[in-house]
Amino acid sequence: MTMKNRLLPALLLFVATTMPLIAGGYEVGDSATDFSLKNVDGRNVAMADYPDAKGFIIIFTCNHCPYSVAYEDRIIALDNKYKPKGFPVIAINPNDPAVQPQDSFEKMKTRAKEKDFTFPYLFDEGQIVYPKYGATRTPHVFILEKNDEEYLVRYIGAIDNNYGDADAADERYVEHAVDALLRGDQPETTFTKAIGCTIKKQ
Amino acid sequence: MPYFAAILTFLLIAMCPHDGVAQSLPEPAEWLRVDSSPVSSDGSSVPVYEGFDQLSPLLRPQADTLHVINFWATWCAPCVKELPYFEEAAQRAWDRPVRITLVNLDFRKQLSTRLLPFLRERKLRTQIVVLDDPDANSWINRVDSSWSGAIPATLFLSEHTRVFVEGSLTRSSLNELIESLLKE
Repeated sequence: MTMKNRLLPALLLFVATTMPLIAGGYEVGDSATDFSLKNVDGRNVAMADYPDAKGFIIIFTCNHCPYSVAYEDRIIALDNKYKPKGFPVIAINPNDPAVQPQDSFEKMKTRAKEKDFTFPYLFDEGQIVYPKYGATRTPHVFILEKNDEEYLVRYIGAIDNNYGDADAADERYVEHAVDALLRGDQPETTFTKAIGCTIKKQ
Repeated sequence: MPYFAAILTFLLIAMCPHDGVAQSLPEPAEWLRVDSSPVSSDGSSVPVYEGFDQLSPLLRPQADTLHVINFWATWCAPCVKELPYFEEAAQRAWDRPVRITLVNLDFRKQLSTRLLPFLRERKLRTQIVVLDDPDANSWINRVDSSWSGAIPATLFLSEHTRVFVEGSLTRSSLNELIESLLKE
């Protein structure tokens, strides 16, 4: 018991510093909130703007993170493959540009143009949306399925199991999950982890 | 006199901050040469491990030792900011049973272009190992089930306690935690 007492101040400090990372956020099965965030074209985008979508591949990602950059082409490929089937990609930059200037709205526009993003690349101004979803890193994927007026979380995690080499990835989590949803099934794998950059906040 | 030499040698080995990992881990896939000097001191090479299984002996608690294991990468700004704190902590605790290991997660193809120049410039004295295992979903939970995968992340491991921190440490929070865990 004395041991625990001595440890307590330090542990409390850590709980306090790590709390925002573990508090809140969706689990698979939860109903996700819609958002209205500014896209790189200057217009706001919300999920409600897509009346015909069956669901969404929401990806918290950014400019500066090497893992995000490593996945950019794969994110474009996902959008090209699944937008016509009713599951478009919506990318959201959750970072505070005051902490990471490379993730400013202006630089987002530049990157979206350079890479010819086929999907909206939204700025989570004021960092309102990512804590609701519980994103902790970039890239971090949330697959939502539209059910009446709800957006149900069906998968949370990584895009695949090899950030370094798309061809070497033998578990394509996002593709498997969306394919299952398109068949009317539930994804076999609903939650995965990956190394990524912390979301930058003050 | 020979006894003295033997004791001195023993002390030098015992005090060497780089000692230990080689004994508990298998032969790595590759050694990165940090220092090309022919009479280089210890710490001149960094082992590269392919696959988490090879590194997993690191996570075994050791009797009477507090092991601090930090996951970092050169491209991760908050990780780089913390590195001096670990260096200082290792020096502060040089005569106490604290072992610090920095597990580097740089991309394999950037080891020679990014990590090596970084290590040459920084001259880090803390033990560094490179982990190259892109299938992170298969090993993140083995480090700690509460870890989402964001770095920096640090595990404090002693025989009876484990504390895991996802996110940044400050100089004082690192030192306080080490001191608290050492008092157990």
